[in-house]
Amino acid sequence: MSDVVVQPGTDVYEPSLFGTYSKKIGMWLFLLSDSLTFGALLYAYTYGRVSTPDWPTPFHSESIRNATLMTAFLLTSSLTMVFAVRAAALGNAKAQRLWLLATMACGFGFVVLHGREWTNLIAEGLSLPVFPVPPGHEGSPEFLNAVKNAPQFAATFFGLTGMHMLHVTLGVVYLGVIALRKWFIPILLGLWLVAWLGTPAYSPFHYAAHVLLVAAIVISIILWLKPKVYDASDVEVAGLYWHFVDLVWMFIFPLVYLMSTRII
Amino acid sequence: MMDATQLAIEGRVAEEQRHHSKAQFLWVWAALLVMTGIEVWLAYQNMELIRMLSILMGLSLIKAALIIAYFMHMKFEVTPMKWVTMSSLVFCLAMMLVFLPDAFRILHLGVK
Repeated sequence: MSDVVVQPGTDVYEPSLFGTYSKKIGMWLFLLSDSLTFGALLYAYTYGRVSTPDWPTPFHSESIRNATLMTAFLLTSSLTMVFAVRAAALGNAKAQRLWLLATMACGFGFVVLHGREWTNLIAEGLSLPVFPVPPGHEGSPEFLNAVKNAPQFAATFFGLTGMHMLHVTLGVVYLGVIALRKWFIPILLGLWLVAWLGTPAYSPFHYAAHVLLVAAIVISIILWLKPKVYDASDVEVAGLYWHFVDLVWMFIFPLVYLMSTRII
Repeated sequence: MMDATQLAIEGRVAEEQRHHSKAQFLWVWAALLVMTGIEVWLAYQNMELIRMLSILMGLSLIKAALIIAYFMHMKFEVTPMKWVTMSSLVFCLAMMLVFLPDAFRILHLGVK
């Protein structure tokens, strides 16, 4: 396949060094920079894990089952995403939208499972000054000791998985805009209200829910300034982002969960 | 003129993607799930830390390579795209790992 584009009506040759369109190259450049962010976080976690002899291993089989299910959700979402890209390339708008919605559903499932796990861990005592143990919960001695003996465990755990959860959430929003355009904004506002009003004030998600409000405002401005029907290239570029968050999880899952499994 | 160039390239890329079979992606997805299962099984094998870390990271690298090659279509990109993106990424991440032996030193010295 030629990497040279001939301009119609002229004899000008426009060689494309990377053989693809600029939007895709732009997304790849963003992903390369983002991978360094995650690389630094994963490196910090690994360094702490290796250099701390009494590193906590608090994840019981319930946590490992939950994290394995989350992994399956993300892997399946990547499969549905490539099907959406393929449907877009074939010009099948209906299939493209359905596969995008399926991808969003898997991503949403991942975030819900992750949120549930965070809530359980905080209630059991794996806390930070900004995520205090909720009222009425004393926390288990195992987790309280883990926080006391290796405070960097909770800090790196919440920092790394929180950053990833933010990426997944924004990925679902991104796909929602590609699939539904302006009709996604009221859905997003509804999700924001549910997340904000449905969580107690001491929960970290009570405040994190405002990410959805900010996203809704930003999307409204973007769609107002540049309304468009998203084509196959937009779906492919969104897919690159989505696969990236899946890829990052392939390192977080073994490093954070499997390396800290409680073996009875 | 620039838009016409971009549209032509986008059209060519979409044309290439029409020929990717669903079966190929299903195989990759199944392989990723199987490797995840192996990782979970390994987590319960009570292995030495460094050995466990090496095996799990090895499997993760294989999974990452499959995702980049097939799901992110890097396998189907032109050679300059593959080399520029992947070599710069590997180089930058490898630079971070330069300091990892220090973590083992701390472990062996018993520094608190």
